[in-house]
Amino acid sequence: MTPLAQISWRIASFAFAASLVVAWQLVANAQLISPIFLPGPDRAWAALVNGFTDRGLGGKLVGTLRHMTFGWLAASIAAIALGSLIGSSRRARIYVAPSLEFLRPLPVSAIIPVAIALYGLSEGMAIFVIAFGTLWPMLLATIQGYAGVEPRLLEVARALNLSRLETVTKISLPSAMPDILAGMRVSLTVALILSVVCEIVAGLDGLGQWILISARMFRSPDLFAGVILLGAVGYLAAAIIAEVERRLLAWRKTH
Amino acid sequence: MSSDRLKGLILPALAVLAFEIWLRAFPIASDALAPPSAAVMALAQGLADGSVLLATRDTLLGAIIGLGIGSSIGLLLGVLTGLLPPLDRLLEVSIESIRPIPSVALLPIGLMVFGFGYALEFSIVAKTCLFATLILTRSAVRGVEPRLMEVARALRLSPFARVTKIVLPAALPQIFVAFRLAAGAALIVAVTVEITINPQGLGHAMMTAQQALRPDVMLGYLLWIGIVGFLWNAALLLAQRHLFGRAAVSEAMR
Repeated sequence: MTPLAQISWRIASFAFAASLVVAWQLVANAQLISPIFLPGPDRAWAALVNGFTDRGLGGKLVGTLRHMTFGWLAASIAAIALGSLIGSSRRARIYVAPSLEFLRPLPVSAIIPVAIALYGLSEGMAIFVIAFGTLWPMLLATIQGYAGVEPRLLEVARALNLSRLETVTKISLPSAMPDILAGMRVSLTVALILSVVCEIVAGLDGLGQWILISARMFRSPDLFAGVILLGAVGYLAAAIIAEVERRLLAWRKTH
Repeated sequence: MSSDRLKGLILPALAVLAFEIWLRAFPIASDALAPPSAAVMALAQGLADGSVLLATRDTLLGAIIGLGIGSSIGLLLGVLTGLLPPLDRLLEVSIESIRPIPSVALLPIGLMVFGFGYALEFSIVAKTCLFATLILTRSAVRGVEPRLMEVARALRLSPFARVTKIVLPAALPQIFVAFRLAAGAALIVAVTVEITINPQGLGHAMMTAQQALRPDVMLGYLLWIGIVGFLWNAALLLAQRHLFGRAAVSEAMR
């Protein structure tokens, strides 16, 4: 496809999305759906701007970002460290991997009641839930990454008399990196979902609490503003980690 | 292989045993912890009086119907966008701007529109399944061997026959993989919706047990949710292996 055609398709695609927004506006203006449930995009946008200037929506946004990144980062570090320890030994893999496989399909939100019983309705509870929920997928991905290291590379490491630490940092970790990053990408989405859930359940300062209160008070423009913001967070988080992945894995393109 | 599998059981068995001994040897009055044996007893009691099974039915109903609604819309859109690149390019911005909204963020909207109950759960589960199915179906349809499409053209098949006779059968193994992943997500989302807001099913039963300060019942439910999740996924994997054998595996790797 020529670049010109590509650009014009992009424009057409944006135009189509814009026409959906216009249709939303028309439906809202005609009040086909009660304005209590469906505010027009104009009112949602006004609520978004107003929320940032007067009503502390920015603070809620920061709250959600904080919960999400704290828990996720803690789990990432733990997963890479633990995963490297377990993954670099075949024997440890045999003992640990089945337990992780069993934990994987467990709906992680089921840990929330346990966390509430342990930590109360606190920030610590949210961080624990997010860290717990994102740890397993990343740990499993790291171990799988180590299991998939090309055996000939390990033979090279033995031939060069590399110590175990050197083998991990110079050979296994780089070649497990694609799997680790894929695990981190999936977990970031989970982290966002769990922060919203924890904020709703425990009433913590964040966008989850904002959208729930807006819904309870039937302030639908505020509710839609919060949902749009959460969509933006989800989009940006995915875009950032995709970019990091692309940069860190640029060396793979050579083969 | 089987000895490896046995070795995999050692770690969880030791953890459960250590937990049991610790809590029996130093009995503490805790709102969060109960010995594993007490949790198993509570679960057995719940199974015997039917309350656990009733909650399981509600959760599975929410997951299955939501999955049905979401994945059929996703399948339809996925086949259409996979077959018609212009349509795909036209919809791209719209799809990519709705997809990243976390499904739980739509909970309060669902709550305002539907109130508590099944409809709330169906709608949130359906949103998750729709996009998971759409994306993977689209790539499955795009990956259909071009020569098969040439055959369809040479035979002058109608567009409908082309889809039902060529595209769907060729893409089916991969579409089933998409369905399996969506189904896994459906159960997770159903439990999450119940824990967060919706007063029914396993998630809510677990929250109630926590609020009633019954850690044994709560942990019993946690165990049960783990078992249900494990069986749900195992059944889907088994179906995939029986229906498609190696086809689904190799297609998924591509």
